[in-house]
Amino acid sequence: MKRDSIMSFLSSLVVLVIGLFVGFLILLFSNPGAAAGAFSTILTFGFSSMRNIGDVLHGATPIIMTGLSVAFAFKTGLFNIGATGQFAFGGLVAILIGLNFQGMPDGLRILFALVAATAAGAAWGAIPGLLKAYRNVHEVISCIMTNYIGMFLVGYFVEQHAFFAIENRSASLPTNSNLPTLGLDRVFQSEILPGLIRSSDINAGFFIAIFMAIVIYLILNKTTFGYELKACGFNRDAAKYAGINENRNIVAAMMISGALAGLGGALLYLSGTVHIAAGNNLLPYGFTGISVAFLGLSNPIGIIFSGALVSHLFLGGARIQLNFPIEIVEIVISIIIYFCAFVFLVKTFLGKHIGKLFKGGEKS
Amino acid sequence: MTIAVFNSIMHWTIFIMIPLIVVSLGGLFSEKSGVVNIALEGKMILGAFFGTIFMHYVQNIWVITMPGWLLLLCTLLIATIVGIIISLVHAYASINLRANQVISGIAINMFAAAFAIYGARSTLGTQHIRFTNVMRIDHVPGLGSIPFIGPIMFQNTYFTSLLGIIILLIVSFVLFKTKFGLRLRACGEHPQAADSVGISVSKMRYAGVILSGALAGMGGVIYIIPIAAEFSGTVAGYGFLALAVLIFGAWNPKRIFFAALFFGLTLSVASQFTAIPFLRDLGIHANFFRMTPYVATLVVLALTSKNTLAPKAVGQPYDKGGR
Repeated sequence: MKRDSIMSFLSSLVVLVIGLFVGFLILLFSNPGAAAGAFSTILTFGFSSMRNIGDVLHGATPIIMTGLSVAFAFKTGLFNIGATGQFAFGGLVAILIGLNFQGMPDGLRILFALVAATAAGAAWGAIPGLLKAYRNVHEVISCIMTNYIGMFLVGYFVEQHAFFAIENRSASLPTNSNLPTLGLDRVFQSEILPGLIRSSDINAGFFIAIFMAIVIYLILNKTTFGYELKACGFNRDAAKYAGINENRNIVAAMMISGALAGLGGALLYLSGTVHIAAGNNLLPYGFTGISVAFLGLSNPIGIIFSGALVSHLFLGGARIQLNFPIEIVEIVISIIIYFCAFVFLVKTFLGKHIGKLFKGGEKS
Repeated sequence: MTIAVFNSIMHWTIFIMIPLIVVSLGGLFSEKSGVVNIALEGKMILGAFFGTIFMHYVQNIWVITMPGWLLLLCTLLIATIVGIIISLVHAYASINLRANQVISGIAINMFAAAFAIYGARSTLGTQHIRFTNVMRIDHVPGLGSIPFIGPIMFQNTYFTSLLGIIILLIVSFVLFKTKFGLRLRACGEHPQAADSVGISVSKMRYAGVILSGALAGMGGVIYIIPIAAEFSGTVAGYGFLALAVLIFGAWNPKRIFFAALFFGLTLSVASQFTAIPFLRDLGIHANFFRMTPYVATLVVLALTSKNTLAPKAVGQPYDKGGR
């Protein structure tokens, strides 16, 4: 069992290195002179100051949530590529509550926004869940449909009820609707110019994401409910034979998965730094969540680290924009996802060749 | 509603439905052979990217003068080849390595979307690849003068529209009237049975995926040429819409045609409904028209999937040991 988890970790690492290597080749091909410098910037920029470290953790918050969403569904045998739509719905609900309901005390309004966003994500995730459980519709197909339906609905609501026409995006929330910073801004700050101190955007959302990762870990590994969900994932028929209500479990799994994504949307848009652009666009966070989930081996604790890693790459990628388009990071991530498709193959390969070394080590 | 508005709606219906037909037929080949293809979007993007950047170079950088039809033909050819190359990546993962076909498809979609923008920015300095439209046929001699049909189908038209219909006919014939088509379908329905009578399942699946890549790549160019003067790295979800057409059309070429017609008409109305008095007066937001195809597909799935018409073995890697 221990050897297995070492192999899993190693195969993740191999996949990551391959992705980075191909990314480096593409940088080299498009601008040989600047490639090496840019590549090292991508790898190191996120660590270069306290403020950047804060920004990496802040950027990790929404994708940890979508990563958890994808991983939770995956553990129960479902492929939730609808996280994007659930995330957008959660974000929309959080924005609408943050903008209105000004009569409520701040803390209560923020709490209300978080809970309502979670519920909205769960509701949007329930649709593919119900269709899968009772109508045998493959969840990948129904998730594609709900993503687009959600995109148009969210676009409509933003345009009608939360619009900031001058910048063609969703309206900014009043600062009293933002998540509290809990003093994190004073920890993660640095002097960017002599005498000019800037704080990171990090806020309490990061702790909520960590907390949810722990909760999901406990649900999956320490409860009967989690055991039943995983049993359905391994073998639906065997689970049914063992007396597990597999239809109810499928719906529950998709709702929890959707709830995690919806909460992620709230954590992002209640930070006051990001807005939903007008027009109809699929948000990238759900898809990034897929790579976070696979890099983290669908392990909730692993996902905290893979989320930080992916966020780190994005921050570094944004830094090299003078010489290279930021899309290089997405290219790297897409290649990582591609290799994740046969991560088990990598694992078997490693197990054959490197596993012997570990075996030898254990004996001596 | 004036005649001009009606004609414009019909033109847009054709512009939208033709790429949907071509790309969903690509998806049909792949799924009939037993491989899920949610990478249609990515293949369209890459086809359109390499096609339009070729046009941009010919027109603005190399400044070669060539007749419009020749340029169109070269562009389509390039897009087709690009589609085939990228589909090999998908085929290798899903057939040789028996990997998760959905993950590989997602990776290709993500790669394509990022690569199209990266490629355009690092070669042209901008995300937008401009091209001059020299392929429009203003008036087909003779046919364009037919009353009613002429202005809709034979004025302001493109050769690609005709090509789409020809492809539809060829695909129906190949899939249902030839030995190759029968074998391909067998691999998607019951690969063990196909294998037991000496058909190479992996070869047939490669054929299905390659054909799907070719059509999807070509579909990217067919999509972008009539409706825009530049390509900005996106095909607006048409690859996924084509997947919806495939499902709504019950994996059947004839029904795919009508599904594409329905989707095309809906989206065309969505883009111009403010010019139609009775629809404008209803006060419905354009987004509700835009989501109709997706809602309709969900409803159809919910109603029919208990006895689904999808190929039985679609999405399952073929394992000889399971025979």
